[in-house]
Amino acid sequence: MAAQTHRIEVTLETLLESVDLAESICMRIAEAAGFSEEELHKIGMAVREGVINAYNYGNQQDRRKKILMTVELDPENMTVRVLDQGRGFELHEIPDPLEEENLLRTSGRGLFLMKAFMDQFDVHTAPGGGAELVMVKKLPHKVSNNGTHQPE
Amino acid sequence: MAIQATCRQNGDVSIVDFSGKITLGDGSALLRKTIRELVENGQKKIIISLYDVDYIDSSGIGELVSAFTTVRNAKGELKLLHLTKRVHDILQITRLFTVFDVQSDEEVAIRAFR
Repeated sequence: MAAQTHRIEVTLETLLESVDLAESICMRIAEAAGFSEEELHKIGMAVREGVINAYNYGNQQDRRKKILMTVELDPENMTVRVLDQGRGFELHEIPDPLEEENLLRTSGRGLFLMKAFMDQFDVHTAPGGGAELVMVKKLPHKVSNNGTHQPE
Repeated sequence: MAIQATCRQNGDVSIVDFSGKITLGDGSALLRKTIRELVENGQKKIIISLYDVDYIDSSGIGELVSAFTTVRNAKGELKLLHLTKRVHDILQITRLFTVFDVQSDEEVAIRAFR
């Protein structure tokens, strides 16, 4: 039987409540895909940070704008995309929160946490101008006991 | 779980026990309000106990950093107590262990104030 890709798309309002909703949806999907409790926590947090980014920085809390979240499960990966309707940004423009001079900043750690908690993380500028955050987590059966990814 | 903050006093040290999630919205707002009120009331020695906080996001971390600078700017000192593993791990990967004085024993934390 050919391996399938399952995909769901959710349009979220630019509301604080959307952060919890997005986290909850992704955690349910990740749980069904067999991720451990610790990995569920990491996926949930990464998604949460992605939607906070879209809510605060992308859409600037403008309720007329939407956040589009797409979750894809293929035989290898769970991929979450969060697209806002803001102006977009380049990853290299974002200050490194681990640098000494940035440690006392009260913001700017969300992208770092997404990178830390997922296996792959990238940012694209969508054709319409918004930022699309792409987060990928290798499915659990693709990860060996010592935490490294098994060769194909 | 809804966020809660309970303040108590041990000598001249204020201890705030938080429980619940410190996240964008109510959690980070309560942390900000609690610390600002203590500082406005002249408290200089403050301990934030996170024994019952198993979840903190980047907004909550930012609020902890803000609490640290608010207390320090008022010539006071802030310590963190009883971190859960998840909060501990986040402070570690964000290098904030180099900023905060983190304690695991309340009596030791109280004695550690200058």
